Amino acid sequence: MSLISTLARLEAVSTGRAQPTATVRHRHLSDRPLVFVPLTTAGEAGAPLGALVGTDRDAPHLLVVPQPRDRDLRFAFLAELADLVLPYVDTYAADVEAAERNETDPETGKRVKVEVELCANAPQVIVPSRAGIDFVRLLGRSMRFRRTAEQDPEAPYPAPPRVPLLGRWLTHFGERARVPGSSLLLAMTDVLARHWATGQSTLEDQHLGALLAWIDPPDGATGAEAALRAELARDAQGQLLCPAAGPATDPAFDNKLLAPAIERYDRARTALAAAEDGLEADDRLGDLTAAEREIRALVESRTRPTWDAVWRGLDLLRALPEAARAEERWTRDRWSFTGHRDRVLAGEPPQPRRDDAVTAANKLAAREREQARLEAQEALDDPLVMAGRRLAGEAFAGEVTEVVMAYSEGKRPSPRPLVTVRTDDRPQLGERTKVFRSLGEKPQSAEFVGYGEAPGEDGALIVLRVLDKMGRGKEPEEGSVPEKGDLVCFTLFEHEQRGGAKLPDPEQTPWTHGGPPGEQVSEAADPMTEEDVL
Amino acid sequence: MTAALDPGAAALDPGAAAARATDAILADTLHGTRRGVVVDSPPGAGKSTLVVRAALELAEAGRPLMVVAQTNAQVDDLVLRLAEKSPELPVGRLHSSDADPYDKALDDLPNVRKSAKAAELTGLSVVISTAAKWAHVKVDEPWRHAIVDEAYQMRSDSLLAVAGLFERALFVGDPGQLDPFSIVGSEQWAGLSYDPSASAVSTLLAHNPDLPQHRLPVSWRLPASAAPLVSAAFYPYTPFRSGTDHGDRRLSFAVPSDGSGPDRVIDEAAESGWGLLELPARHTPRTDPEAVRAVATVVRRLLDRGGAATSERSPDPAPLTADRIAVGTAHRDQAAAVRAALAELGVTDVTVDTANRLQGREYDVTVVLHPLSGRPDATAFHLETGRLCVLASRHRHACIVVCRAGVSELLDDYPSTEPVQLGTVVKFPDGWEANHAVLARLAEHRVGWRP
Repeated sequence: MSLISTLARLEAVSTGRAQPTATVRHRHLSDRPLVFVPLTTAGEAGAPLGALVGTDRDAPHLLVVPQPRDRDLRFAFLAELADLVLPYVDTYAADVEAAERNETDPETGKRVKVEVELCANAPQVIVPSRAGIDFVRLLGRSMRFRRTAEQDPEAPYPAPPRVPLLGRWLTHFGERARVPGSSLLLAMTDVLARHWATGQSTLEDQHLGALLAWIDPPDGATGAEAALRAELARDAQGQLLCPAAGPATDPAFDNKLLAPAIERYDRARTALAAAEDGLEADDRLGDLTAAEREIRALVESRTRPTWDAVWRGLDLLRALPEAARAEERWTRDRWSFTGHRDRVLAGEPPQPRRDDAVTAANKLAAREREQARLEAQEALDDPLVMAGRRLAGEAFAGEVTEVVMAYSEGKRPSPRPLVTVRTDDRPQLGERTKVFRSLGEKPQSAEFVGYGEAPGEDGALIVLRVLDKMGRGKEPEEGSVPEKGDLVCFTLFEHEQRGGAKLPDPEQTPWTHGGPPGEQVSEAADPMTEEDVL
Repeated sequence: MTAALDPGAAALDPGAAAARATDAILADTLHGTRRGVVVDSPPGAGKSTLVVRAALELAEAGRPLMVVAQTNAQVDDLVLRLAEKSPELPVGRLHSSDADPYDKALDDLPNVRKSAKAAELTGLSVVISTAAKWAHVKVDEPWRHAIVDEAYQMRSDSLLAVAGLFERALFVGDPGQLDPFSIVGSEQWAGLSYDPSASAVSTLLAHNPDLPQHRLPVSWRLPASAAPLVSAAFYPYTPFRSGTDHGDRRLSFAVPSDGSGPDRVIDEAAESGWGLLELPARHTPRTDPEAVRAVATVVRRLLDRGGAATSERSPDPAPLTADRIAVGTAHRDQAAAVRAALAELGVTDVTVDTANRLQGREYDVTVVLHPLSGRPDATAFHLETGRLCVLASRHRHACIVVCRAGVSELLDDYPSTEPVQLGTVVKFPDGWEANHAVLARLAEHRVGWRP
């Protein structure tokens, strides 16, 4: 944890309110996000219990699996989910703009510009917490290899149409969420915790109710009191007042409310199956419907508070202006979305269970690049984030006190002015350390020359030699060199990331990494086990 | 595989044991049938010497050789060593197109050609560069042979980028040092044989388990006082020994102790090879001002007291100068704080760096700020075995550790809780155990802080 975030947390404890750690919003938020609040069944990984889903905060769709261990009911749930999510995704897939992309020409091997489509916007799914993202991944994993009756008439348990496609999309969202700074799939707790520091541990910050209690405590209560209440307070029946944001449910809810309700449902179903005539069946169908309605009410009672909390979090975040460079990162999300759309349209098979060596290495390299980019961009967009970097000795800000013109040696001398900056920061500068400042959105580099004579009071004089972005002439271009009295901020980290080396194609995987992976085979869904069938 | 556990080696004297291991490695490298040879080398076991020798023999046999190292400093160092051993050998130094891409000392070597383009270096006996630069090189015909230096610090994905450039390779490295790391999570690939964030050697061996593996059995750097501890704490299943005996090395000081904590710990370390300067228990920020000042004071006194180091290298004692001392820390801000404190005491030429950057370096005396000193918790970063191993194995004579009291209680409060990943090779020893082993030994050489 950086020093500034430790300080912010201490301040949150002493003031009883979360402290802002950002002055702008560092993630793009869609105008029409799809909020997804799933619940899962205790002890049954991958067996959804229900969910609230939708784009309208006043009218969420409630999906419930009254008997989570029943495959048919589970498929019905997934089909319903697909009918809600896929049309939402499709609205963004259809709206495109023209764009250019660099591609390698397969014949000449040269890099050429290609006209391609880029989706003008992209979907955004918001789940309450990080566990929700894992659940999205798990759902994606459990659906994408399934076969519909149309795809494979022999499939023993054919999935409803569009369920495998939903699996592919959820997998894509889950995978994209691993890319730092991406916003296709966001966990509300992560985004809030990026913008506010609370007086509790980062683990406790994963509790959406407690986190909101710190950021926006009710009147008359401190964040700590409100958070404690959100975590622990129970009603007379022993149920949490602020239900867990899921997907896991509270054991007291499972034992006291859910299990008896499911049992009643099972009994009603058995009774219906055993009905001997139409009149009796009608009667028992009524019981079954009542039992199902009861479970639906239970699921809604646990998900609705979380649903409202997610929207409250969105309100808080929307009150912050969006950071300047968040748009650029969103464009990358749009590329990612467009790319997957095209793969689906091209009839490519679902994402494999495991990445091959080259894909894994490429993903890791891309994420490391995005992480470095995100850290740099957040600091450049936000003086409060930059303050943290300055406090850590990774940047410094101050006033230019002197500019001395100097030139490089050589046949064609170029300007290399010496700029002295007075600063109260303590950057970790070493011999010829490179530093960067933002000049018209482009990084200008300089190198550390030495410390000037201290002016007596606190602070240091840092002498820098400006190295580039001054034009081609002997004299630097207007405005390209800081002037005396200018306030400047230099960073020790680079502002832009270089692309890494190109890795071999998967079919060229070397012997050290097991050689080429071979033809991709279409993977079968997981085989049935006894536990799968009720 | 069998070469790693040579029962006869223990009976030999250190020089003979090391020669025997080297001969076996060179035989496999030059005449073996396998595409790879792996050599594990404990700290200061002559890894660089081995690399230089193997390079020369391969060049002599007329096999075009590429050498992959991990940092520019390592590359320059290898070029200098090669030129020292064989000034006639045509060597290519492939470098980046940044400003000051290589050590200026290379300009004085007539047979070293430097270029940012691999095509301008074709035909030279040996071409050396970093893995990052090699990754950009494209060739029609691969090199017959490669040497990959510091292979345990190389990430699997960077081996993937360069492995197509050579037909066969000698992989050399120290398994006990810091593992490569990535700045983003990579749990997704944990357990895959080609996990891109794992070390190059683990991927290589996962796919080629029957490659010959060798081990250098003797540390020439570590003194007899340090080798058994480092070997037992960090290399429990692949022990090594010191090339020198007790009494072969001596550290003495012209100025007698003034009775202060720093002076007493210096004397303790000169006598026994280890010293622990213990500050009162306290939770502190990373750049603990008292501990930082204590480190700086110890360094200042080491220089002021006119130290002299006697070793097997020369009959006369060598003065303990600033360039023979290093300070090691866990974090960069700690290193910066120590540098600032040293500057205040008028010391400027002593190397102060993090464990990551001290890898592969060697000094007479090291002063270490313990990674867990003053911490309220013990994270995986601070418990990483390699970090402590690097810090505790850079010295030829003595290692002085500055630490707050209470670390062993801290360790007991924070047993390792990293999730176990299926399919990954569990590393032994774990950092928790290694930390305890080192602390137990240091406790025997404890001196209380009294300025």
